[in-house]
Amino acid sequence: MSEYLRIFVAFFKVGLFTFGGGAAMVPFFRKELIEKHQYITEEDLMNYYAIGQCTPGIIAVNVATFTGYKIKGTKGACLATFAIVLPSLIIITFLAGILGMLSENELISHIFAGIRIGVVALIFNEVIKLFQKNAVSVYQKCIFIGILAVLLCFSISPILAILLAASIGFIKFLKERVK
Amino acid sequence: MIFYVLFSEFFKIGLFAVGGGLVTIPFLFDLTRKFDWFTAHELMDMIAVSQSTPGPVGINMATYAGFKAAGVCGGIVATTGLVVPSIIIVILVAKLLKQYSENRFVCEIMTAIRPAGIALILQAGMELCKLSVTNFREAFYALVFFVLIYFYKKSPIFYIVLSAVFGAVLGL
Repeated sequence: MSEYLRIFVAFFKVGLFTFGGGAAMVPFFRKELIEKHQYITEEDLMNYYAIGQCTPGIIAVNVATFTGYKIKGTKGACLATFAIVLPSLIIITFLAGILGMLSENELISHIFAGIRIGVVALIFNEVIKLFQKNAVSVYQKCIFIGILAVLLCFSISPILAILLAASIGFIKFLKERVK
Repeated sequence: MIFYVLFSEFFKIGLFAVGGGLVTIPFLFDLTRKFDWFTAHELMDMIAVSQSTPGPVGINMATYAGFKAAGVCGGIVATTGLVVPSIIIVILVAKLLKQYSENRFVCEIMTAIRPAGIALILQAGMELCKLSVTNFREAFYALVFFVLIYFYKKSPIFYIVLSAVFGAVLGL
């Protein structure tokens, strides 16, 4: 099997067998990339995760791009990204088509009314989890409250909210450099 | 042209949604206000389906949203748009900055952006809550689910299936 095909198969499998993305993918990445193929080391994987959380975009995709780049440069990066995304494309397109046809069904609409309530509860729980992990210092909690207040008072776009927070970070960076 | 608009909207999401899949929710909610590609109700269905199917949640949602907007090609275009900024940035980072994650500048920006991302998800969650929880009975179920999820940390799929059964049995 050529190197490219092996890369494709490894990442396609990760995309096909993991649910949830993000941190849920670590064990699968470990099995395919470290144990099976020795593409990267445990330390590499942790590094990619750290950077993947700090770069824009989907974390799992960022990790795939990083690993692909390490194995085979730019071509490897594109191939790994394509391979990890492909199962989603196929499965979701298929499901979206079927669900679209079923939306008139009364039972299905009850099921989805229930699911929507569950999804809201899941989102609020996720917010708590993220808050405990990512809004640790008083400074970060202030940013959280400040941005939330702005969002509730004015309907600004998410992009503007992110830029606003980034500029707070930038000002803090400049201030600490002056010191 | 819809494919160009889809691509550029998801490119923007890929560029500004820092911190993973769920951070795309507020951006997708924003799209429901700007375009008639899908409704906020459909967005909630997408979130549920995306969490219960294989693959990264953010990618699943992009494919679903693109499909809703413009069929099979729409799904492909939206997903490509979401991924392209990642590929470019990650390759640049891999090439240029070995110590990227220890870089003071990057650190400060990220420390400030993360809590903002959480605020965005919370606000989108509140908006979605207003739409799906419309009476006392539904509010009660939402609270029950919230407490269940909080204390019994099972996978999201478990709760999505459970809430589906709830919906079917109770005729919500």
